[in-house]
Amino acid sequence: MTFFLSIINTETKMKKICVFLLILIVSDVRGQDVEVIRYQKLLEILENGQGSDIEVYNFWATWCRPCVKEIPYFEEINNRYENVDVILISFDDVEKLESRVKPFIRNKKLKSRVYLIDETDYNAFIDKVDSQWSGAIPATIIIDRRNGKRFFYEKEFEREELMELIKQLNP
Amino acid sequence: MKSINLLLIAIISFAMLSLTGRSAEPDVGQKASDFNLKNVDGKMISLSDFKGAPAYVVIFTCNSCPYAKDWEDRIIDLHAKYASRGIPVLAINPNDPSISGDDSFEKMVEISKKQNYTFPYLFDQQQTAARAYGATRTPHAYVLDKNMVIRYIGAIDNNHKNAKAADKKYVEEAVEAILQNKEVKTKSTKAIGCTIKWTKS
Repeated sequence: MTFFLSIINTETKMKKICVFLLILIVSDVRGQDVEVIRYQKLLEILENGQGSDIEVYNFWATWCRPCVKEIPYFEEINNRYENVDVILISFDDVEKLESRVKPFIRNKKLKSRVYLIDETDYNAFIDKVDSQWSGAIPATIIIDRRNGKRFFYEKEFEREELMELIKQLNP
Repeated sequence: MKSINLLLIAIISFAMLSLTGRSAEPDVGQKASDFNLKNVDGKMISLSDFKGAPAYVVIFTCNSCPYAKDWEDRIIDLHAKYASRGIPVLAINPNDPSISGDDSFEKMVEISKKQNYTFPYLFDQQQTAARAYGATRTPHAYVLDKNMVIRYIGAIDNNHKNAKAADKKYVEEAVEAILQNKEVKTKSTKAIGCTIKWTKS
């Protein structure tokens, strides 16, 4: 009896492992899922954070050339530092989620968390995100959650510049 | 001692000016600077060419930005509505084509033909107009009164995707207020746009 039970057990274990592996493979091939959010959710995320020491919020879109150029640098700091989290907020139209945003994430193998903001009345929230922001992208907010310090940039980053900035916050 | 203090203040403020590079940008209530820029038809255009205009609409935009494309029908509509009433609606492309190839003068000519632009579409090759107005993105709209005083800065309306769904037509409301000698209610707004492609110094 115990023998049969253990066989069944191993079988279910095997099944579980197989399912787990399958999920891993599929998620790797398909890329991460993208949560579509409204601006209230964005403000909540900015307020409450993701539980990291340093959080880097980058506002971008797949059609924005300077944004696309700097994304690998953000991806690099996200992957390099344990306590740095990069959150990419896409301003692509929600209609382009499947046709452009997801393929982009897949092709670039992005590990940074991606949200897509679905809003049209921009004036209603740009100031709430940051009063220094005119609305141009790329734009970046860096928050050091350990001391609450917040830095805003409405510009395209060069790699060295971003690395230096993170090094200063994270000596 | 006093002069040293003054000198220090001058140096510090100069340093801050060059750091931010934005202190010179005009705000609502300040006079806008004139410009003299080449239109897609090859002619030079200035605000002063429209002497006696009751208001002016100046929109920094470009060929390449999806938001500029989203809003271009609104610029056509504004021109259709106001040009006949003596209010110029002028579009200006400030992008450096060496950074954004699709924003060359040739492409401006091409797109204005293809999209049937009725409004003047000017090339700000030296980026002096964009700097003088403090424009940061495309599209970025300015409404001036008859004295060329800036009365509104910001988005054209509040829905880039769909003109019909826009329930706040900021530029139109500003123009109408100026025509009726009233205070412009919404003086500035923000919108998502593409950064202006500044020439790298």
